[in-house]
Amino acid sequence: MQQSILLSGPKFQITIQRLCQQLIENHGDFKDSVLIGIQPRGIYLAKRIKEELQQILHIDTLISGELDNTFYRDDFRRKESGPLVPNPTSIDFVIENKKVILIDDVLWTGRTIRSSLDAIQAFGRPEKVELLVLVDRRFSRHLPIQPDYIGIQVDSINSQRVMVHWQETDSRDEIILINAEEND
Amino acid sequence: MAETAQQLSTQHLLGIKDLSVDDIQLILDTANTFKDVINRPIKKVPSLRDITIANVFFENSTRTRLSFELAEKRLSADVINFAASSSSVSKGETLIDTVNNILAMKVDMIVMRHPYPGAGVFLSKHVKAQIINAGDGAHEHPTQALLDAFSIREQYGDLAGRKVAIIGDILHSRVALSNILCLQKLGAEVMVCGPTTLIPKYIDSLGVKVEHDLMKALNWCEVANMLRIQLERQDISYFPSLREYSLLYGLNKALLDSLNKKITIMHPGPINRGVEITSDVADSEHAIILDQVENGVAVRMAVLYLLAGKRAF
Repeated sequence: MQQSILLSGPKFQITIQRLCQQLIENHGDFKDSVLIGIQPRGIYLAKRIKEELQQILHIDTLISGELDNTFYRDDFRRKESGPLVPNPTSIDFVIENKKVILIDDVLWTGRTIRSSLDAIQAFGRPEKVELLVLVDRRFSRHLPIQPDYIGIQVDSINSQRVMVHWQETDSRDEIILINAEEND
Repeated sequence: MAETAQQLSTQHLLGIKDLSVDDIQLILDTANTFKDVINRPIKKVPSLRDITIANVFFENSTRTRLSFELAEKRLSADVINFAASSSSVSKGETLIDTVNNILAMKVDMIVMRHPYPGAGVFLSKHVKAQIINAGDGAHEHPTQALLDAFSIREQYGDLAGRKVAIIGDILHSRVALSNILCLQKLGAEVMVCGPTTLIPKYIDSLGVKVEHDLMKALNWCEVANMLRIQLERQDISYFPSLREYSLLYGLNKALLDSLNKKITIMHPGPINRGVEITSDVADSEHAIILDQVENGVAVRMAVLYLLAGKRAF
């Protein structure tokens, strides 16, 4: 299994800072905006973005939550390993008329985002939903879904995997590209 | 936290006996998420939208049937209801024929309550559908035991080492058997308490403590699960009168107050107020009877969701 690092070190940090600046351009003081990290791996990026934004804006009132879309997925029961085990959802605010920024680490086929858009409806009718991703795997979409904020764009083939490692869980920040075995 | 997939070891839910400890933990953990779902403004998820479920009840039920139906609807399954009293069963149709006719209408899962022990096991061997046992005679009532375990876990965090007393008509109770099996698998200590005539002869083989003095049982336990006297299953007299039973084994406020600790009171319903439990106890802060009912929907959603995950597409 071959791995190559796509992004790490200071560049990783700069990319997150740039995403925050882009968010500020569109959302100002975030009075009507909320951040929602998608379970399981989007929540780390959402936490980072929230911390960074609060530091830049000198506020501690940013509203954020975590969304699990397991029950809304279209591949429930299509996995041979059995049904997916749900992660907790924690959204203790009303989404009605808010600008929602959905946050995930990697955008690939778009199916996770599709089910998240369904899942979010259970919490009200947002004024607007935007999508922020750290990695956009271009040209591999199954659905007409595009991100509004992109960390980096990656051209990859289907047999490859893109993983984001976080300081909190993997003891380093980096984006890696994994090549599957030849006979896989 | 990774995206993980886990599955039950069984295709049907026939009894707690067939479940592993991991199965039970998986169901309880999944139920936690569903409890969150049913407390949202929109209480529904689309997971089972392509599944049809028949609720086949050969015996009366209020809570269990409503609870299953709500669980099914909140998972977006299509639901049909069947009550034996208003069906062709009274015209002499056999169980397998009845169920096969339902299945011919493209039904995927059967939730069944039946007066005969083992009816679910029998059916699972003869028809092509997933069977969920909603009570078979005096044998098992697995979803009740799971929701009781879930409710105790909610109160105490963990079941290991907890002391649970099951009090009342143990002999005729499927809730008692399923509860004993489930609690023991999760590491709790179980005691049964009731008049000698209502304790099954071979109860020792289950490894539970037996007590005939209500006061001693209450002093021992942290959780008391009060069972109803099942007069409809009693072919002979097991005690002189309901009044005597209630004097010896009924739980009242004075008894509770005389204990120097707070215990949790459970009841699977339906309650016979004034017999096994008085109103002031049933409605007190000690009782989690209505929490059990709420948890029932979440636990049944988890069971249906996980069993549906076992179906090939």
